[in-house]
Amino acid sequence: MVDPAVPLTAVLVAAGLVVLTTVTAVVDAGLRDPAMRDRATGRSWVSRRAGAVLVPVVGTVRLLRQHRRTTVAADSLLWRVGVVGLPVVALLMAALVPVGPGTVADSSVGIVWFNALDVTVWALVWMAGWGPNSVFGLVGGYRFLAQGLAYELPLMFALTAPAVAAGSLRLADVVAAQDGLWFVVWMPVAFVVFCLAVAGFAVWGPLSHPAGVDIAGGVFAELSGVDRLLMLAGRYALLTAGAAIGVTLFMGGGSGPVLPQWLWLAVKTGLLSAALIGLGRRLPTLRADRFAEIGWLILLPATLLQVLVVAVVAARQGGG
Amino acid sequence: MTLQLVLVVAAALFSVGVYGALSQQVVVMVMMGLELMLNGVILAAVACYWFLTPTPTAQVVLLVVIAAMTVEMAMGFAVATLLHRSRNSDMTDMATDLRG
Amino acid sequence: MSIGIAGTVVFWVLAVIAVLAGAAVFWVDSMARATYALAVSFVAVGIQVLLLGLSYIGVITVLMMIMEMAIMAVYMIMFMGMNPALMPMSMVHGKRTAVATATGLFLALTAGILLAPWPARSGDPVPDPTAALGEVLMGSKMLVMIVVSAVLLATVIAALVLALPRGRYDRFGDDLRRRPPTDPQPGGVGR
Repeated sequence: MVDPAVPLTAVLVAAGLVVLTTVTAVVDAGLRDPAMRDRATGRSWVSRRAGAVLVPVVGTVRLLRQHRRTTVAADSLLWRVGVVGLPVVALLMAALVPVGPGTVADSSVGIVWFNALDVTVWALVWMAGWGPNSVFGLVGGYRFLAQGLAYELPLMFALTAPAVAAGSLRLADVVAAQDGLWFVVWMPVAFVVFCLAVAGFAVWGPLSHPAGVDIAGGVFAELSGVDRLLMLAGRYALLTAGAAIGVTLFMGGGSGPVLPQWLWLAVKTGLLSAALIGLGRRLPTLRADRFAEIGWLILLPATLLQVLVVAVVAARQGGG
Repeated sequence: MTLQLVLVVAAALFSVGVYGALSQQVVVMVMMGLELMLNGVILAAVACYWFLTPTPTAQVVLLVVIAAMTVEMAMGFAVATLLHRSRNSDMTDMATDLRG
Repeated sequence: MSIGIAGTVVFWVLAVIAVLAGAAVFWVDSMARATYALAVSFVAVGIQVLLLGLSYIGVITVLMMIMEMAIMAVYMIMFMGMNPALMPMSMVHGKRTAVATATGLFLALTAGILLAPWPARSGDPVPDPTAALGEVLMGSKMLVMIVVSAVLLATVIAALVLALPRGRYDRFGDDLRRRPPTDPQPGGVGR
């Protein structure tokens, strides 16, 4: 019943996710603005950023050695579930991606599974904010749910667009339907909304208000030691896995001329997640209560119009 | 795994929901009881799909049950919010104006 | 079509988890734990639906229930105002009546289930239930879709009308014709 190649593919997908997550973290460390004195030393841009490759490694070792501290009357069951769940959800998202000839979890409703996984992140980030019995985490968790309500419905409709164009909810079918033209070319609104939603469930960039500086790091405030490592790694891993699903849905998956499919997928995912990191550093953080109006009044009608256009095109091509 | 066994499990979920809906004082906990009852209904509907009529119409029944659950939650929370705002209370015992 | 030995074992494990998690909703010590115990119960039933071949309905159940439980946790904490510390909380009224009613109902339902003359299975499941569901919803059962969408729209409007404390005068002040509005809670679009 189970394809014997699946465990090997699973190990390769997990390894690929770890490698790409590290690349994402390196890019993030590299784009972090160095201190003024560093810029004044006159070294070139590249040499100033070269130390970024070591930042994730050093950070991991430091956090692994750090003594884990806890708070008074913390709800440790929910806290641990929230913290550990983020990398697990990222792995499950990566398992959905069709890698070359095989997929770890080839479901006939793959797109809806991705949607279910990103909704699970809602519950997990809230639990990570609620668990430590600290006001900063609580405020961060509630901000996350507030902005989640705003971007989730546009995301659901944006996920419908490639499904309608491909005529199937299977991710492998969506990749196959992009043979001639990538979906990002004629579904740009859906792609932008998807990238915004990836930034949302990874608490990144314009939607990083739940981890805001004004609440001492929000959901990350009371984390230390290996918990902090798991949650920060989970955040980068969610960004990478979301980028992998975005590449599958909108940028043709693993298709490409010369190189094997998994290599093309890795390259495209790396480029998309680097772009997300760069944009996240550039764009200001949107306040969660203001983002609600943006999500419902701008994103949702635009996404609905996009789905209308896609549906009309698909109906003309398919049924005639 | 027969139809009767799965339906008994669904009846157990339904009964736990009935206990919750009848015994809890807080409106949100009553709603959790109602959700458990609908959970039992979902399981029973799936059992009827699998063991009796494996047609798409049975799936439409499931969609209607899920829609009913959504409607119940939305209206329940709206009423609970209104109750809390006007009386600063979330207990069902404080909302017995229509009784008697 | 059958789900095999492994499938049957998983089904029964999930059934036990669903009932125990459902019962746990009413005796755990914390509001958030009660909410997520209910979420576990729903996810167990959703996976059972998946096991019986209905992949779309199963994943939709899991998705919607986790989202609903996340929102329910918000309302729960908002109204009850408890902190994450674990405190024994049991606010019940008429507990004995409720237990008696629930037990009696369970016994009556079980008796009905075991004694009813259930018919035999009529046919086999189609290989792609999702596509079949889509075709039937756009075809013979389109009336169901239309009615459900009208009901959901009415629910959205009714819930907003009931729950919103602000009206036009809060947004515009005394003169309803003034633009831009002097809204003490401005949104992000600048209306």
